[in-house]
Amino acid sequence: MQIHITTSDGVPIYQQVVNQIKFLIASGRLNSGDELPPIRVLAAQLLINPNTVARAYRELETAGIVEKRRTAGTYVSEQGSPLARRERVKILAERIDTLLAEAIHMGVSIDDVMKLVQQRHNAIQSARNEE
Amino acid sequence: MLDSIPSSASPIVEIRQLTRKFGDKAALNDLSLEVPRGGVFGLIGGNGAGKTTLIKHILGMLKAQQGSVHVFGLDPVQDPVGTLGRIGYLSEERELPDWMRVGELIRYTQAFFPNWDESYAEELRESFDLDKKARIKTLSRGQRARAGLLVALAHRPELLVLDEPSSGLDPVVRRDILGAIIRTIADEGRTVLFSSHLLDEVERVADRVAIIHHGQIMLTASMEEIKEQHRRVTLRFEQTLDRPPELVGALSSTGQGKEWTYVCNGETTQFRNAAEAIGATVVEEAALTLDEIFISHIL
Repeated sequence: MQIHITTSDGVPIYQQVVNQIKFLIASGRLNSGDELPPIRVLAAQLLINPNTVARAYRELETAGIVEKRRTAGTYVSEQGSPLARRERVKILAERIDTLLAEAIHMGVSIDDVMKLVQQRHNAIQSARNEE
Repeated sequence: MLDSIPSSASPIVEIRQLTRKFGDKAALNDLSLEVPRGGVFGLIGGNGAGKTTLIKHILGMLKAQQGSVHVFGLDPVQDPVGTLGRIGYLSEERELPDWMRVGELIRYTQAFFPNWDESYAEELRESFDLDKKARIKTLSRGQRARAGLLVALAHRPELLVLDEPSSGLDPVVRRDILGAIIRTIADEGRTVLFSSHLLDEVERVADRVAIIHHGQIMLTASMEEIKEQHRRVTLRFEQTLDRPPELVGALSSTGQGKEWTYVCNGETTQFRNAAEAIGATVVEEAALTLDEIFISHIL
């Protein structure tokens, strides 16, 4: 599980773990039923306090994104759940907000942004088809 | 295990109104501090702030001139056997007997500690790639630090004290040290006290933090509280200002012209209201790194 921790932008470390696990799930790199690393293992891998990992896992569990099974192990919850879909929409909405803010600063209209999105989509599709 | 930290049980280190003078200069000035059992306690401060002097009192290497020091409820000067046997210690200088070989250092240190864990010592020696036959004086700075860390850890101390452990070391050895801190507290009930000026390391591993400055504790709180209670708020004023106005809840401010950035302590609502009352607009509010928080408290 690829997680990168930085202490350079002030975001609390537990929040970075939560955000990145949500991202890995939403992008399909972690699937429902996958087991997350045990707390100690992830703490040692990321060189962060085990209590911080425990807090991140608790937040993900409260949000229904992961679940503890029996006594051991934390697993990614069912992906069909509305929560996971909501999470995907939320992540994309944040990215779109950033994109729109930049477009406004650069004086690019919403219509041109939409055209550009469609163009990039077409470019990615044709690149895929050539593979 | 992991949810019970910090413990409400009696603190592992309890310092009350400790003053220490070297000549006329007070290295520690009426300092009180409690380190709870379990977890990682980060002691942060600049050079000469009093970190090492404080740690020497905890180890019983200095006697309190005024005030009191208790470790495990005992006075470390009166009862060195009852305290030092339960503490693992690594100093910035990493004083080790230069004439010994690594294997001899391990056997020599083992003799002092009834709880010495031979298989753990061997596991550490192998993972640190330390040659038993190598003389201490021929070790590189990094290998010397690893040898010091091995003998501090192998008796599985209740309290691990590290004084600027990463000072002058490369990133690979620093990883070993952070890894050792994490492994130590993952064992139930163990406590790590470490001083550092490398605040990104402290932010990664500490549960609680104390900021020491001019021999006094400026702030002590959990890392979570510290991160939540400090915000950076940037204000835009209608006119160019030479100096930022004083505002309630602000610790420090920087900036120029119309934009000034404040570091706020506590709820920012009051600060925001005060700023808006004098015609400023909030243009940005963000979280702070531990570095920025530290600087705002000592300047």
